[in-house]
Amino acid sequence: MARKEYSFYPGCSSERLTSASNYMVSVEAMCKKLDVQLNEIPDWNCCGASIGYAEGGELPRHVMNARNLAISEQVNKGQDVVATCAACWLGAKETKDRLAEDKGLLAETNEALREAGMNLQYKGEQEVRHMVEVLIEDLGYDELKKPVVKSLEGIKFAGYVGCQTNRPFGIAGESFENPKYLDKLVEMVGGEPVEKYDQKVTCCGGALAFSEPEKSQAQIKKIIESAYDHGADMIVTPCPVCQMNVEVYQGQINKRYGTKFNIPVAYYSQLMAVAYGASAKEAGLNGQIIRAPRLEEIAAKAAR
Amino acid sequence: MGDINTAMTEQYRNNFLKEVEANVEEGQWVKMCMQCGVCSGSCPLGPAWEHPPQEIFMMIRAGRRDEVLKSESMWMCTSCYNCIVRCPRELPITHIMHGLANYAHRLGLAPKMNPTRRFAKMFWNNLTKSGRVNEIELSVGLYFMDGFKTGIARAWAMKDIGIGMLKTGRLNPFGFVTHKGCKDKKGIHKMLKKAREIEDRRKGFAA
Amino acid sequence: MADMKIGAYVCQGCGLGERLDTKALALVAQKDGKAHIVREHEFLCNGQGLEMIQKDIAEGVNRVVIGACSRRAKAEAFSFENVAVSRVNLREQVIWSQPATEEARELTQEMAADYMRMGCAEAKKVSAPIPNPEHGTDRRILVVGGGVTGMTAALEAARAGYDVLLVEKTGALGGFMARLHKRVPYREPFADPQATGVEGLAAAVMKDPHITVFLSSTTTRTSGAPGRFSVDITTESGQTRTENVGAIVMASGFTPYDAGKLPEFGYGKSPNVVDQAGLEALARDAAVKGEPMRRPSDGQEIKSVVFVQCAGQRDATGTHLKYCSGHCCNTSIKQAMYFKEQNPDIDTAIIYTDLRTPGNGEDFYRSAQRKGVIFTKGKVASVEAGGSGPLSVHFHDLILDDKAATMKDVDLVVLATGQVPNSGVNIDVPVGAEDIDAGKPAEQAVSVLNLTYRQGPDVPQLRYGFTDSHFICFPYETRRTGIYTAGPVRRPMDIAQAVEDATGAALKAIQSAENASLGRAAHPRSGDLSYPSFRREGCTQCKRCTVECPFGAIDEDEQRYPQFNEGRCRRCGTCMGACPVRVISFENYSVDSVGSQIKAVDVPDEFSEKPRILLLACENDAYPALDMAGVSGHTSSAFIRTIPVRCLGSVNMIWITDALNSGYDGVMLMGCRHGDEYQCHFVKGSELANYRMSKIDDTLKNLNLEKDRVRVLEVAIADIGRVPELINDYAAKIKEIGMSPFKGF
Repeated sequence: MARKEYSFYPGCSSERLTSASNYMVSVEAMCKKLDVQLNEIPDWNCCGASIGYAEGGELPRHVMNARNLAISEQVNKGQDVVATCAACWLGAKETKDRLAEDKGLLAETNEALREAGMNLQYKGEQEVRHMVEVLIEDLGYDELKKPVVKSLEGIKFAGYVGCQTNRPFGIAGESFENPKYLDKLVEMVGGEPVEKYDQKVTCCGGALAFSEPEKSQAQIKKIIESAYDHGADMIVTPCPVCQMNVEVYQGQINKRYGTKFNIPVAYYSQLMAVAYGASAKEAGLNGQIIRAPRLEEIAAKAAR
Repeated sequence: MGDINTAMTEQYRNNFLKEVEANVEEGQWVKMCMQCGVCSGSCPLGPAWEHPPQEIFMMIRAGRRDEVLKSESMWMCTSCYNCIVRCPRELPITHIMHGLANYAHRLGLAPKMNPTRRFAKMFWNNLTKSGRVNEIELSVGLYFMDGFKTGIARAWAMKDIGIGMLKTGRLNPFGFVTHKGCKDKKGIHKMLKKAREIEDRRKGFAA
Repeated sequence: MADMKIGAYVCQGCGLGERLDTKALALVAQKDGKAHIVREHEFLCNGQGLEMIQKDIAEGVNRVVIGACSRRAKAEAFSFENVAVSRVNLREQVIWSQPATEEARELTQEMAADYMRMGCAEAKKVSAPIPNPEHGTDRRILVVGGGVTGMTAALEAARAGYDVLLVEKTGALGGFMARLHKRVPYREPFADPQATGVEGLAAAVMKDPHITVFLSSTTTRTSGAPGRFSVDITTESGQTRTENVGAIVMASGFTPYDAGKLPEFGYGKSPNVVDQAGLEALARDAAVKGEPMRRPSDGQEIKSVVFVQCAGQRDATGTHLKYCSGHCCNTSIKQAMYFKEQNPDIDTAIIYTDLRTPGNGEDFYRSAQRKGVIFTKGKVASVEAGGSGPLSVHFHDLILDDKAATMKDVDLVVLATGQVPNSGVNIDVPVGAEDIDAGKPAEQAVSVLNLTYRQGPDVPQLRYGFTDSHFICFPYETRRTGIYTAGPVRRPMDIAQAVEDATGAALKAIQSAENASLGRAAHPRSGDLSYPSFRREGCTQCKRCTVECPFGAIDEDEQRYPQFNEGRCRRCGTCMGACPVRVISFENYSVDSVGSQIKAVDVPDEFSEKPRILLLACENDAYPALDMAGVSGHTSSAFIRTIPVRCLGSVNMIWITDALNSGYDGVMLMGCRHGDEYQCHFVKGSELANYRMSKIDDTLKNLNLEKDRVRVLEVAIADIGRVPELINDYAAKIKEIGMSPFKGF
């Protein structure tokens, strides 16, 4: 048996051939090294993401999240629910909080849930947690350091925490304005964090990258520019939307602003997977549109 | 939809604040704003809001119903939650903005061509169709939202990104066909229909 | 004194023994200081050390010089009955202010030696003070005003065991509080208006055996001093009785600003525009009748009420009150709740520019928001009052920047006008002139206390007609010793603050009466037994002492000589600093006691490159700051020789000219901030000193000296890091302008 077991909510962007499939690949490699077992919630559905509010309204959004949590309660008894995606975590946790404080809404939610299959009822028994919380709180930096076999020495990372992993819930003990955990994880794997990365918690525009590209790309430009200004070689992030927005629009921003951005954007889990000795493929590095050659080099080297 | 708007206007004659409290998600918090303006100053797209949240709250209290509901402002929310964590009165501002946008959308007052409104609708419909997001269908749908010709132009402009995503295995070119979604699609559809019914009943939209 | 016998003691503890040659210091005391007995001790403040001194005293020593720590440390240990003590600060301001290096040793030793000489010089010129034989012993407390402040002060004093006379102008106790329907909450959860409890308070006062209440009465004459005030209490019908009291609490309250001056807000044009007091009356009437509040014009139901904040307050144009009255936002919130209690559907809007809710008002504010009171940030331009019909409130919406915002169909408008203090006559304004701050002609004011003091019939005012008070250290004090003001006459405030004020003022009054009965000073030199006396034959009757005394302590006798009311004196020495012929002195502080210290310093010749800088430091802030600088390890120039003074006001110009004439290279004065935001413990001392020093330039010119030879500085007690910088800056300046040409004369 694995030393830790969780009920896992992977979310839409983690599926094969989707925008954050590389995140998923690296999480699998990381968890394997840490002996953490993720039990996927069967037939999970989309959380509705934040942007779902406009058409979805209130109750339908909560019902979607409650369905996942109710299935988890039924199937993965006694386990905490863990999400890797910021939006999934936020959506599920918001639903849990709101239903806990509003009995009327809870009753309505369960009334709707009965219409779905599996004879579901949401009770609110399980905690909803982010993968980073699990790593830091259940394992701790010391445990996380143990499997490190390769140092990411010499690479300077701008730790871009973004919004939804950080607000409104955030990681316990961290500040909203300057959370430190990502920098600590970077240090743990031997990398050098950018100490004063002033765009650490700036919004990338989220879903508005699609609908308001100009406004969103102005945000992304600030995030990347500051990373360059502080001498970063790479950007590292815990959020699929952050990763995608900051990585894939660099070409368009270059066209719009005449910049020459070409900075790799990786997930914390990719850094850890490489440090734990995973291959570039196992760490999902082949999923980078802007390749991360220095990480690939280290991944290719034999462990010390 | 127009009927609901008329019904609501009559029901809450001259008292937009009460209407917001009854019908908008977390609307009961609007009266607690103390007008410090931290929300407006914290919003990443602040300058893009015709009326930043602080003003929206004031306008609700002043009964400026049409101005608020027809505004593009709330549609500028990126859901970054900065306003929530900084509000000294702990108002769930992000949710209130979402709630107002949703309400305006339900009443048919939200600006028709607002891109975020349109994208959000498309997104919800996309995810509820199978229970999970179909990314290729969503992207293509977005490009072709304004017809075939503009769609081609947009897709062309985005082609580098698309190719990048395809090459790295982060987009499924055959997603239109192979995207499976949830098994219990039927149950999810029934569940959502029910949820919508309950909400409409509660907010007086059903009649 | 013929049989003066000086004992000088040098301590070796706290590192003094290691850093200084104490044997040499003892020798200096003996040779230069002419001490009769000199001793070193390894731990002077312990039992053994003190016993040693006591033994010498028993054998005839009557002046003691302690070369050890600052006078601010071990004050009790080093106080000996009927013996004058001079403290030589070798620890904080010598070894702790100098670097502990071998190179610094010589200058440190020189510094210590000078201070020993100064201590011995001072010892020769002072004697242990004997209590003032003229002191009064009355300990009753007079309270003027029967509102919440006066009643609370009376009850608190009575509870402490003191007899109280309470004088109230009207026929009943209660004051403004009795006019309120309810009060702003003062208990958890600060959510709803609470009963005022004024009846209970008045009943408690009436039945208290320690309190005698005089209703429909005023104080028509007040004379005397702490411990022996004589007060005429006159009834409406003209009967007067004279009572003796030890101290006075003046709680004469406030009057609402006249809303009649605000016609733009419709006051006077429509009965549906009221001020906050008017609304309280409306609410009380309704409550008595058991009916809802109705529109004053026609008795119709009230559906909409607008509150206009800062009506005639915080006015930058100079037409109305300039200040914020502090309570009015909470009061409007409370009054809006009256309507929400009557019917939650009544629209209540509060239009404010800045909502200020002191105390626990933030909770109260939230509670009002929860109840549906609407808060609108805006500035009201006008209230349109069309006869008895509904009102329209026109305002500038400051959030939406809508200059033409309007609230229509308003049934009632409430104006939040401010508090005008009932402080009596402004003694600084000549009769008949316009009192600009109070916004009213001075002659309108009726005196509250009718003091017979030469300085005027009431206590001095600071700003806007509120009575002067030392807001940092002694909030209730006035510049009339033994008279304390409390409540809104002192500064704008609400009930909760007034209750706190009343308690504080009652305790200060008790302290003052107790100190007076022992012939001691009130704060800040609480317990000081010395008092000023003057040499009649030298006095030129110039009146500077009588005019400049900040406390009105000095009158003139029939022959026009100064007459000191010792009980009123705070022992600041401002009179001593003022006297051009130097005839005023204290037993333990005089022109001579400081002057001889200045002269005792060994001034090296011009070529030694060892300048001497005299630093006269106020004992209240500057001197403690210098001590703490030493404690904190800040070092500063070794050429400084510091003498603590009671107040810069006590600095006599002769000290400065003497110092410059005898070869000092510079003189620094460190005192408290003066002006409107003054921090001077004697209110006017540092201001007077600054005025006097502004004329020093002429003196310097006459001596053919540079302007920089004298520097006056403002120092606060917290300037611990700044004080050494000021010293070093000045030392550098002196180095730059060179040595004084007056050395060796």
